[in-house]
Amino acid sequence: MTRISEEQVRHVAHLARLAVTDEEVHKFTEQLDAIITFAEQLNELDTSNVKPTSHVLDMKNVLREDKSAPGLDREEVLKNAPDQQDGQIRVPSIIE
Amino acid sequence: MSLFDHKLNEIQSMLHKKEITIPDLVDESFKRIAAVDGDVQAFLTLDEENARKQAEELQKSGKTGILNGVPIGVKDNIVTKGIRTTAASQILHNFDPIYDATVVNKLREAGTITVGKLNMDEFAMGSSTENSSYQKTRNPWNLDRVPGGSSGGSAAAVAVGEVPFSLGSDTGGSIRQPASFCGVVGLKPTYGRVSRFGLIAFASSLDQIGPITRNVEDNAHLLEAIVGVDPHDSTSANVPGESFAGNLTGDVKGLRIAVPKEYLGEGVSEEVKQSVLAALKVLEGLGATWEEVSLPHSKYGVATYYLLASSEASSNLARFDGIRYGYRAENAENLIDLYKKTRAEGFGDEVKRRIMLGTFALSSGYYDAYYKKAQQVRTLIKKDFEDVFESYDVIIGPTTPTPAFKIGEIIDDPLTMYANDILTIPVNLAGVPGISVPCGFSDGMPLGLQIIGRHFDEKTVYRVAHAYEQATDFHKEKPAL
Repeated sequence: MTRISEEQVRHVAHLARLAVTDEEVHKFTEQLDAIITFAEQLNELDTSNVKPTSHVLDMKNVLREDKSAPGLDREEVLKNAPDQQDGQIRVPSIIE
Repeated sequence: MSLFDHKLNEIQSMLHKKEITIPDLVDESFKRIAAVDGDVQAFLTLDEENARKQAEELQKSGKTGILNGVPIGVKDNIVTKGIRTTAASQILHNFDPIYDATVVNKLREAGTITVGKLNMDEFAMGSSTENSSYQKTRNPWNLDRVPGGSSGGSAAAVAVGEVPFSLGSDTGGSIRQPASFCGVVGLKPTYGRVSRFGLIAFASSLDQIGPITRNVEDNAHLLEAIVGVDPHDSTSANVPGESFAGNLTGDVKGLRIAVPKEYLGEGVSEEVKQSVLAALKVLEGLGATWEEVSLPHSKYGVATYYLLASSEASSNLARFDGIRYGYRAENAENLIDLYKKTRAEGFGDEVKRRIMLGTFALSSGYYDAYYKKAQQVRTLIKKDFEDVFESYDVIIGPTTPTPAFKIGEIIDDPLTMYANDILTIPVNLAGVPGISVPCGFSDGMPLGLQIIGRHFDEKTVYRVAHAYEQATDFHKEKPAL
């Protein structure tokens, strides 16, 4: 049984903001299906009463004083921007 | 004999006696790089002019310290102000960081000199460094074999004597596995021990930066320099710093060692098993005792890891969108199209595969079945370790099931590649520290012994590793190159 369809792979690629070719869709479908099938071995374990671990250390909220501090220098920040104008980063139009 | 065949304390004593200078050390590094890096291809970027300038300045300053004036290589996913940082990805091909990672700041305070940035699997995703989008690093012991990964450049550079030590990062074995493949010492610290600020994030709940060196003592010195709580990383732990190097007594009398039967089972080569059993004999001879135990959920580690690490990666790598830094695709019709084209052109295959897997595992309708399930199994894996550490001081097993494989041998088979990390992954899932030290050879390729400790007990891990190292000669062997 296949767990993942090409249609699903296209949907996931859209969610992940990745352009994919037909060939890639085909390849990723096979590979992801194999990986997901492998991952389903976790279903052998009964975890109904097990708490999920998101952090391994016994740490709770880490707080700091709410105090302003200087941020990064604008010119420095813009140095790595692929396209910029008048001290701002330029992007393609997002409003019709 | 190379200057870097000496331990740090010997190098400092030679500096003190004016037998050598700091510029000599930096010169040694660049000479060696010029001689062998064409073959090994460990470095992605060199910073020779600055390194030589810093050497002159440090020599004049009269500053002292165990790391002072010693050249270091830094994995290319750790940001360095003014030195291009790519994470071995095309999407960061021209990225010039505007700040230093916390570990880089700490190294500067300690007086090390960064000679360059080391190759890796793209975004640290891989176990062979074949996923670098720039070059394939080769194993100095045999140029047809991989150096391991993802910190393959960091391990190879130390093994071949280009630098006396380096920094790597370890998410599922990425320091220990290449250290094992290249015959050097690599430590993954306890999660939270070292600040991750400035480490380009792969899987934030698993990533740790750690030291790669020729010997255990130097490893402990390097760790001492980079640990500590950091206001820029809220997951860094507020535990007091310790003298790791000052505790290498060579004494392991009464030490209780646990050997998980799962770590010597199916898939582990006979020679690897024999090398571990021989190592246990050495430790027994020094007064330690060992018993077989079980980490019953070990076999679920790989599946758990790939679901969790890929999920975290899919979120972390969303920042690479072609807007603020890095590569941007041309001829995009609109913003969404710009994102999609930029990421399709900028990321390599393995990175895309993991982003897709992670996005799937977190997507509506599948979250509970995959992501949450994996987090629950992580709890069970963590508990396996807690149970064993109630009765034992350290856990010992191999670092990898086999020695280094050939370049190209398994790169097209993701699941086989993932299985290579079966013995290192559970350590990251549990957040405990683990070290790999040289423990033998198979067919001329190095093997590694993995020593795992309790949370924040690097002290014991180092003490055991050092006692074993001093009782054996494997760490003295060097590649012929």
